[in-house]
Amino acid sequence: MAFGPFLLLATLEGLLQAAVLTLTALGLSLVFGVMRVVNVAHGEFYMLGAVVAWWVASMFSLHPAVGFFAALVISPLIVGAIAFASERLILKRLNYDPESTIVATIGMLYIIQQTVLLTYGPDARPVSAPFYYRIQLPWFGYSGYNLFVIAAAIVLLLAVWFVLSRTRLGLIMRATQFDREMAQAFGIPIERVYAFVFAAGAMLAAIAAVLIVPIRQAHYLMGLDPLLLSFIVVILGGLGSLRGTVIAALLIGLSDGIISVFFSPTLAKIISTLLVTLVLVFKPEGLFGAKAR
Amino acid sequence: MLEVSDLDVYHGSSKTLQGMSLTVEKGEVLCLLGRNGAGKTTTLRAIMGLATAGAGSIRLDGTEISALPAHERPRLGIGYVPQGRRLFSELTVRENLEIGMMTRRSPQRVLDETLSLFPRLQERLGQVSGTLSGGEQQMLATARALCIDPKVILLDEPTEGLMPSMIATIRDVVVTLRNQGKAILLVEQRVEAVLSIADRFCFVENGKAQAVMPVEALRADPSLLSRYVGVG
Repeated sequence: MAFGPFLLLATLEGLLQAAVLTLTALGLSLVFGVMRVVNVAHGEFYMLGAVVAWWVASMFSLHPAVGFFAALVISPLIVGAIAFASERLILKRLNYDPESTIVATIGMLYIIQQTVLLTYGPDARPVSAPFYYRIQLPWFGYSGYNLFVIAAAIVLLLAVWFVLSRTRLGLIMRATQFDREMAQAFGIPIERVYAFVFAAGAMLAAIAAVLIVPIRQAHYLMGLDPLLLSFIVVILGGLGSLRGTVIAALLIGLSDGIISVFFSPTLAKIISTLLVTLVLVFKPEGLFGAKAR
Repeated sequence: MLEVSDLDVYHGSSKTLQGMSLTVEKGEVLCLLGRNGAGKTTTLRAIMGLATAGAGSIRLDGTEISALPAHERPRLGIGYVPQGRRLFSELTVRENLEIGMMTRRSPQRVLDETLSLFPRLQERLGQVSGTLSGGEQQMLATARALCIDPKVILLDEPTEGLMPSMIATIRDVVVTLRNQGKAILLVEQRVEAVLSIADRFCFVENGKAQAVMPVEALRADPSLLSRYVGVG
């Protein structure tokens, strides 16, 4: 294949990667921004999303699309409920202390991961894509489903942006993020906001996982890479900045996809990590983050 | 209207209020005076539920509120204008006011009335509040609390760092609110700024009200000020 088409293919792969990464990182960024909690278990909510999707899809023996779309609704709800419960039972009791919650979420990471290993097992299992449609380009054929994932991620991003910037709920979340004490002084029940945000963050990761599981299979260790990449994106984009998260996810996703296709996935990770190191040294608040107040 | 009695507040292991008592009535301005660290700001924070109160009681219209979580207190009609304004500085003026309006689901009339007190804010509704001037930020912090449609207003050093013309504006607003029948609890360092608007003064020292007196007593004997606060 010539260089041009090869670059196009790599870019499409990068966009796919960026789409899933944006959703996952957005969840992490939201939780950190509003709650100041570094959720190390975020990748496990992603993994749970994929595993539950497999479980839901395998219960429907009708057309694959039925199983898939059922999973797209049910899996985020179940993962959200689990996140909500762990917020009430663990993070709330730690009073959202930044250091204790890091240790607690590391614990959650292992509990979720090992529970899945014990019940679901060590195998990677696929979920069928809701449709098979190959778009035939002059140089290669490309999966229509991959484009669907990119489009779905864009729609979800716009929805999140709309909620955050144009609704009452978004205003409450932003007020809590900027000053939790003043939010309380204006009647905002911040603990309820926290529980909601933690569940919503986990649901974003779960949705990303359901979207990707027809392309990459569900496996109990699949949460580790997205966790690392999400942290890279969130640090690069600036903590709690929606715009920064989206731009950094595009940057990292595209470069990861392109470098993986042309060179190797390992080199892609090395470069992303190096980028984060440079940002931390020269612009610690991230590319779009506000300076710490 | 608002009645604090024998209130203790702990900050870590140290006691920042010990047996603080005060009352503010409808249509009255009570001014807390005292040195830095005397416990004035802590008193306001304790009323809002932002400082952990130990023994003692806080009553609003006879209802005990000291056991209520912080977010439920403003819903009973307590508006708070904190020290240093503490605006949601990345939100616009309109959004800051909306948060005030949401607290008790105030009707539109409240917003209109509030903006009529601060016409300058009306012109700046779309502006990000962190970019306002100091005086405008103070107006917004006050307006945000008024959007609650409060019965009681707690104002913590509203004239701090403001130009004289701005201080006059804030003072006029406080008088208007008092005349509307609101109970106002004011913390102020600059006695001269409040001598004309306060009805009673409460001297705070070591986390306790040492003396309460009407403004007339202070006017008649200015030496009281230096005795209690070391200024004047």
